[in-house]
Amino acid sequence: MKDSETIETMTNEALQNLISTWVPEVTFSEEASQFLTIHVPPSQLHLLMSQLKSTEETQFDYLFCLSGVDWGEKLGVVYHLESTTLRHMLVVKVEAEDREQPYLDSVYDIWATAEFHEREVFDFFGIKFNNHPNLKRLFLTEDWIGYPLRKDYEDETNMIIR
Amino acid sequence: METATKQTSFKSEEYFINMGPQHPATHGVLRLLLTIDGEIIKKVEPDLGYIHRSIEKMCERDSYQQIVHLTDRMDYLSSNINNEAVCLAVENALQIEIPERVKVIRTIISELTRIASHCLWWGVMGMDVGALTTYFYGFRDRELINDIFEETCGARLTMNYNVPGGLMFDIHPNFVQRVKDFITHFKTKLPEYDRLLSNNIIFQKRTIGVGILSKEDAISFGASGPVGRASGYSCDVRVHHPYSAFDKVTFKEVLRTEGDTYARYLVRIQEMWESLSIVEQLIDQIPEGEHRVATNAVIKLPKGEFYQKVETARGELGVYIISTGTKSPYRLKFRSPGFSNLSLLNHIAVGGKIGDLVATMATLDLVIPDIDR
Repeated sequence: MKDSETIETMTNEALQNLISTWVPEVTFSEEASQFLTIHVPPSQLHLLMSQLKSTEETQFDYLFCLSGVDWGEKLGVVYHLESTTLRHMLVVKVEAEDREQPYLDSVYDIWATAEFHEREVFDFFGIKFNNHPNLKRLFLTEDWIGYPLRKDYEDETNMIIR
Repeated sequence: METATKQTSFKSEEYFINMGPQHPATHGVLRLLLTIDGEIIKKVEPDLGYIHRSIEKMCERDSYQQIVHLTDRMDYLSSNINNEAVCLAVENALQIEIPERVKVIRTIISELTRIASHCLWWGVMGMDVGALTTYFYGFRDRELINDIFEETCGARLTMNYNVPGGLMFDIHPNFVQRVKDFITHFKTKLPEYDRLLSNNIIFQKRTIGVGILSKEDAISFGASGPVGRASGYSCDVRVHHPYSAFDKVTFKEVLRTEGDTYARYLVRIQEMWESLSIVEQLIDQIPEGEHRVATNAVIKLPKGEFYQKVETARGELGVYIISTGTKSPYRLKFRSPGFSNLSLLNHIAVGGKIGDLVATMATLDLVIPDIDR
């Protein structure tokens, strides 16, 4: 363990350099956002996430938001991370390969809060999380057909479309 | 003799029991599936969705002004703070400079909201563990805050007082005096709360050492608000990411290290004192000026992503907006504090008794519409 004085909040640039050395496939987003945003291929997701949590320089121990997003062609998940000790933040985006059979690795073993959030994403977007301990619908009933937060979801009786 | 042998050879087996969706201690429509062995809890599985309205889907269709109104219906006890979260996100995205007057009024209102919410929580907390009197005391003081809100905003629960660009109306001429009267009144009443419940030996035996949450688990489960701070986890958004006028006031982030039900209780009581102090610091310092800056009738956010977090009475509320430049968000996600706080219930309730579960749940301070957005 290094001295706590030597471990400091990382700048976005330093984070970017460090992450590139771990997973070269990562791309950095140019889009307007207050956080550094990275895109990671699904195969590297779990590896990158456990590195971000366990490495001493990064210490991303707080997953404060996990959102499913329908990007149109693909479905994806956005992870908002913060370090409670070093106070830097990072956004990780991942897209599932196949819209019909979307699979991503679960990160519940890294952050316990992901278990519930991933169930919510499964419920509304139909993304299946590998290794999830209890992947079933959270809000909707078991026999619900379709995934309501997808952009192509249609429900003529319950939805008012303007 | 025969019966005694039968009793000892009786095999204990686990069984299921339903708690809710109409159980009084679940404060709304939460159903818990309990797996129990005798009275020892083996597993708690929440069953959600009884009042899910899919606010996130509605947001994709509505304008930003309309979205503010939907947020009242999430955590209705922090309605003003929820409104503020969306307004701040929109204002930051549009880079509108908000008048100082608005910032100060918003801060006062959100702290009064926090006190009102904690008053109600304190009342029902006592009721959950069998002390009905607290309910009337809590509601008595909350009523005074609601009266102040009613005069200024015209509503008592779903305020809709914040709009993108400022406040819907200026404060009522009586506002400052009535808030001062309330501070004087509440300072004499808060010690009563301690005398009535905090120092009550029966209450302490029900809560001390029950439902312990460690700091590591609090962070891992994404706990926030008083739940996280009672475990020694410094998670106050007002301190770490100040918004509105929180950078202009001095207040202490209430932290405890025990992590049990009683610690969560004490954190909230202490927070009411801190909130009173924040209101006191600001109430004579409301600057003159406009209560609202003009925005376009149709608000279109620039293309990009925006995130705003605020501290509601329950913890960290996050608003995540993905905009494609149209009048509605492409995707809007609410990261609600209750959702994450509920997810750790199984972790801290296992091994305890059903009575402990009721006390533990009361200090998580769940508001179900906040979980079922």
